[in-house]
Amino acid sequence: MSTIVSLPDQSTAALPKRNYLNAEHGLLSWLLTGDHKRIAMLYLISITGFFFLGGAFAGLVRLELLTPAGDLLAADTYNKMFTMHGIVMIFLFLVPSVPATLGNFLIPIMIGARDLAFPKINLLSWYLYLIGGTFTLTALVLGGVDTGWTFTTPLSTHYLNTHVITTGLAIFVAGFSSIFTGLNFIVTIHRMRAPGMTWFRMPLFVWSNYAASILMVLGTPVLAIAIVLVVLERTIGLGVFDPAKGGDPLLFQHLFWFYSHPAVYIMILPGMGVISEVMANFSRKRVFGYTAVAFSSVAIAVFGFFVWAHHMFIMGVSNYSALVFSLLTMLVAVPSAIKIFNWSATLYKGSITFETPMLYAFGFIGLFTIGGLTGVFLGSLGMDIHLTETYFIVAHFHFVMVGGMLMAFLAGIHFWWPKMTGRMYPESLSKLAAVTTFIGFILTFFPQFILGYLGMPRRYHAYPADYQVLNVLSTAGATVLGVGYLLPILYLAWSLKYGEIAGPNPWQATGLEWQLQSPPLTENFTEIPYVDYEAYDFEWLAHKQKQEVTTVG
Amino acid sequence: MVVTQPGELHEEHEHEHVHLPQHRHHFETEEQQREAASFGMWLFLLTEIMFFGGLFMAYLLYRNWYNPAFVAASHTLSIKLGALNTAILITSGFCMAMAVWAAETRKRKALVNFLGLTNFFGIAFLVVKYFEYAEKWHDSHIPGLKFSIADFGKLGVDMAQKTQVYYSLYFAMTGMHALHMIIGIVLIFWYMVRANRGEFTEGYVAPIENFGLYWHFVDIVWIFLFPLLYLIDLGAK
Repeated sequence: MSTIVSLPDQSTAALPKRNYLNAEHGLLSWLLTGDHKRIAMLYLISITGFFFLGGAFAGLVRLELLTPAGDLLAADTYNKMFTMHGIVMIFLFLVPSVPATLGNFLIPIMIGARDLAFPKINLLSWYLYLIGGTFTLTALVLGGVDTGWTFTTPLSTHYLNTHVITTGLAIFVAGFSSIFTGLNFIVTIHRMRAPGMTWFRMPLFVWSNYAASILMVLGTPVLAIAIVLVVLERTIGLGVFDPAKGGDPLLFQHLFWFYSHPAVYIMILPGMGVISEVMANFSRKRVFGYTAVAFSSVAIAVFGFFVWAHHMFIMGVSNYSALVFSLLTMLVAVPSAIKIFNWSATLYKGSITFETPMLYAFGFIGLFTIGGLTGVFLGSLGMDIHLTETYFIVAHFHFVMVGGMLMAFLAGIHFWWPKMTGRMYPESLSKLAAVTTFIGFILTFFPQFILGYLGMPRRYHAYPADYQVLNVLSTAGATVLGVGYLLPILYLAWSLKYGEIAGPNPWQATGLEWQLQSPPLTENFTEIPYVDYEAYDFEWLAHKQKQEVTTVG
Repeated sequence: MVVTQPGELHEEHEHEHVHLPQHRHHFETEEQQREAASFGMWLFLLTEIMFFGGLFMAYLLYRNWYNPAFVAASHTLSIKLGALNTAILITSGFCMAMAVWAAETRKRKALVNFLGLTNFFGIAFLVVKYFEYAEKWHDSHIPGLKFSIADFGKLGVDMAQKTQVYYSLYFAMTGMHALHMIIGIVLIFWYMVRANRGEFTEGYVAPIENFGLYWHFVDIVWIFLFPLLYLIDLGAK
């Protein structure tokens, strides 16, 4: 019946002789590959590199803030550090993190396809990403840039002599990398699903990446044109944002945030997809309210386009529009809450086990909830005036981006590591890392909420001595957090050679990807599967295994 | 359940399709490949709409604020050259449509010729555009590089300065449009070489069709730019 080979016991598992990792050898076979799984690996290596680079900048920022006086870094160096931290982390880590690595690897397999629709464009998008990264490094080596990651005009166009153009081009190019990834995903999900893989049989990971792809395709070009206009203003002096020539700097902000607010959903949505998979799997239960969770991703994508001006409440936008944008901002809380509630309901009466991915997922739920709720504070007009541009906002978006997204990324990396490499990571060490990350994170960013509420502004290298205790806590937490992030890279690298061999389905998970050998073949499926079961159908899985004993054995 | 029905679907396709060399193995059928490519192109055009959308948004805003400056600055453009360029571009679009037709009806020579004509008119457009830009340079109407408000004395100094935002948008919009034309022209040369080898006249027409979509999109952008930039409030002259 089933042509898929029976799952061996993990203790007797062996690495398959032929898989995507050993199909071809040599550097060129990687650099010129069209295989979505290899491109995912290339992405994984490069974003990890940039993550640690961005982390180093954050480390310097936190070190400077250990003492009230601006003693370690000069003011403009400090500005360059937080700017580079933001640019590297957002454009070179968070935006491509889950989609370009896990999404690239898994989406074709999850929907039963042999590859993404456009393998060459997929490879091109990795090269564009690298070019963007190279430009960023060039700007850094030449002396850095200190506009903040937001490139606010007229600061970026008139008042700074740093490398705005180089960095702008970096973001322009990296943006196209993300556009092509999104475009590839949308076409693949629309056109390449296996027979029987209907929209509502797709894993929620695919749904959330689909929603994020819509944002990438519609939002990123607007950022591109905004950046082009800044570059043209700096180079030849066009005046679209220059008040002396009739332009309006606020227009830049509108265009910038039209992308950059949806961009936070580009970053978080794929992470939410990971959490859906992990929650369902380690509760051994179908995600509660599958349809609601699927549509909440799309709802976040749609609402996400109509809230951008909440970044501009204090910048002189009209009160009436601020009112509308505040209301719309509150609306985003609804689909986000649907997800949180449905994940919690998934746990109810589930057979919960606490493997590492699940620990990270619990971390995600707690921290993302705090991050999301403080977002409601910032979305209300009165509170925003007090809290914006303070450490409160820094804490808020780090709770969502680091506490949320990075936890989800690590949950996903651990969950699918056996599938990607064929080997298990060391379980107890990775649990230690998950707990360390959580403790380090809370210690780093919780004090920042209080600092912000007390009025400490962001983006200054010195501060009044009253704030020192909380800042010391935060810096100490950052050290713990750093250890929490170093551990995985060490033991994951170790596991590539010495890890236990995983076998095809170490988690007994239901997704199509787990019904294949680990690591999969280059062509994923020898024959395209016919799907006649729902996502997260654990009964089907149990039934299937029973059957395999008789048919294959 | 993941039951692969042994060979069933697969064999049917073997019979129905003559495999083209351009068929990529990860697509189940050529039709799927063709649909995917065209869907991808439409999505790409959507990103282009958003890209130009930012500029049109800026135009909407500033025209609303500085209408007199926009009217006065717009009247310094040559409607004759603009209209000529519109005609040239529409002709080029017609040639592109004929090229798609030639590819579909498998006429190799006609395809190469029509692509050549498309390119000829595309380049003609850029030549005319060059003369228009040169005139702007001569009249000192380029914000940042060479600008003077001497021609707009009637508006008063304040409003006359605002003509700079009109010219900024004029150069940004037509410049981005011209950049898209240049990319298209380079691609056409490449397609001409391949078409001459007969690559698109054996049933594999997707690249020509999809490039046609791109070329028509660039045409349509101009169809919006021409009235917005050249034909503002002609009665006020």
